[in-house]
Order: sequence, then C-alpha cells, then structure tokens
Amino acid sequence: MKFGILVNEGPFTHQASDSAYHFVKAAIEKGHQVMRVFFYYDGVYNANKLSAPQSDDRNLVKMWGELGSEHNVDLVVCIAAALRRGIVEDNLADGFRISGLGQLTEVGIAADRLVVFGD
Amino acid sequence: MAETEIEFDTAGITKKFMYVNRKAPYGTIYALEVLEAVLISAAFEQHACIVFIDDGVYQIKKGQNTDAVNMKNFSKTYGIIAMEKEDADEDEDMDMVWRIIVEKESMEARGLTADDFVIDVEVIASTELAAIMAEQEIVISG
Amino acid sequence: MLHTINKSPFERNSLDSCLRLSVKGSPILLIEDGVLAATRGTSVSDKMATAMNDHPMFVMGPDLQARGIAGDSVADGITVIDYGGFVDLVVEHGTVQSWL
Repeated sequence: MKFGILVNEGPFTHQASDSAYHFVKAAIEKGHQVMRVFFYYDGVYNANKLSAPQSDDRNLVKMWGELGSEHNVDLVVCIAAALRRGIVEDNLADGFRISGLGQLTEVGIAADRLVVFGD
Repeated sequence: MAETEIEFDTAGITKKFMYVNRKAPYGTIYALEVLEAVLISAAFEQHACIVFIDDGVYQIKKGQNTDAVNMKNFSKTYGIIAMEKEDADEDEDMDMVWRIIVEKESMEARGLTADDFVIDVEVIASTELAAIMAEQEIVISG
Repeated sequence: MLHTINKSPFERNSLDSCLRLSVKGSPILLIEDGVLAATRGTSVSDKMATAMNDHPMFVMGPDLQARGIAGDSVADGITVIDYGGFVDLVVEHGTVQSWL
C-alpha cells in the first residue's frame, strides 16, 4: 500500500515528528511504500541542518534524511511555511527538498492513505 | 530549489478531502496554514469539505480586528474560499463539490449563530457530520 | 475510518469531540498524551467504558511505557499495540482522522 505522511510539528516541542518517524519506519518494514513525507507548519524545522541536539538526544533531522535516502522517501518541506521560519536551501538538511503546498494535495491524491501527525 | 522535482500522476482522480479546523485563530497559527492548504487544493479540482468544530468556529467570526495585536487578519481570506465554492457550484463542467460546514453543537456551545460568521455556512448536527466525515478519503487537520 | 487521539483527556476535549463525531464501529487509537485515557480508575474511565460499547479501542504501547504506565494498569478491553500495529490499523480501516 502507498502512504503519504503530513508532519505539522518540529522535533523539539512536540512528539509528532517522532511518532511519524516510527510510523514510517514500521510501514516500510512491513513492505509498504511511503511516497512522500510533507513537512508543514513548524514541521519544516525537521529539515534545519543547523539544528544541533545534545549528544544524548536523538537527531531527528539526520534520522529523517537517512530514512529518506535509504528507502527512497520523498521528503518535502513546504516553501511558504519554510520561508516564514528561515528554512532555505542554504540550511536545508541532506535528503530534503523545498517545494510548494501543492505537493501535499498531490500525495493525498496519489497515495492510498494520508496520515497526519501534529499537535 | 531542489535539483529533482518528483511528481506523482494525479490525472483524472478526484478525491474527497476534508479540512478540519478545531482551533481558535491567533493564539496559534494553525488556522491560517490550513486555509492555505484548502486554497491550493482548488487547483487540483478536488472535492473539499471545510469544517469548523470546537473553537475552530471562532476562525470565521465576524468583526475580527487585529490592529492592536499587529497580526495578519486572515478572516477575509475565507471570502476567497466562499468564491471558489461558488465557482465550483456554477461551473457545470467542473466535477468539484465544496462544502463549508459548522458543527451545530460547537456553535451553540459558544453562544454563536450562523449570522455571526463572515461567510455562508451549512450548520450541521454532529450525528450527520459524523456520517459525512466517515465518507471522506483524506482528512487534513491542523 | 480510524480515529487517532494524541491529547490527554484531562487537559483537552479531543476525546469528547472524537466520540461526538465518529460513527459507531469506527476504531479509536490513543497515541502520545492520548494514552492517558487508557488507564483504569480515572475520572474518564466511565466515559471510556461507554465509548468501548461503540468503538474498538487501541493504545500505543511505546507511549504507555515512555510515560511509566504499566500494561496491567490499562483498562480491560483496550488493545495495546506497537507502531507496526498502528500501520495495520491504517491499512485495514482506510481514512485516518487525527484529532489534533
């Protein structure tokens, strides 16, 4: 089955991004395809390359990037939400790309399921 | 922009999208960005139900004045959604049904009536709204 | 349709709104702070018991564990699942409504 995922929160205030990450990983392990993860609202902070968590904390920015590259998951950061929050190509983490909000509607149409994680 | 733009084939597919607004405006930004998502989906000619539940009903309350808090007053943007809905209703060639719905129980619990809103809405009781929700293919909440 | 709730019933109205706006038979999954509704002997236990007459109820085990809630303090009739189980529920029940 094909999944689309929407992540509405960043990695440090809410659990949403962690939950989404574990969901995506479990879906892939079960043989499903995750077509795209769309990062919206504060979710765009998941793509901030300048984020530097302490060494005993998980690094979701890196984890998302690696998961995306290993399993061919399209990681899309909403351009309007990103610009507001100062996420641009210069500080965009590996594995992510910046594009328009239409990419959310598109994956909603193309995927069998869209699952929203937020606050 | 990124080096590769990935596109999925969506031609000829029309799905039922629902956008759920449950939060009051201004205290958080969720309302504004849901609104942006709704407007984009018009370009894909998808069915859309925009529903206001719980404190979300305050998003479309008349008389919002944000001058003194110096935040963007986006209640006017709902007029654009209402216009998109009218266009969809009038265009016979377009297979796109839009509905703007307020949950009756949420509205009444807050002492509001349909006259308090900046746009025309369908006021629907929770039992019927639950049935409409259950028919949706995509639910986007913020 | 699968409903997910990620808010504590002691702080927010997500559980109430979900129960008001979900059709009979649709499953509910408690995740994140939503798992606090699953413990026995709370002020929402009666509400949960009534809800379970109409809705199969699931709770995320990893979120319970993170919050120090042992499996034996979960109310009877609630099924504890993991992320794989979450995926299976989504596959089985179609559209997901996240009560954020």
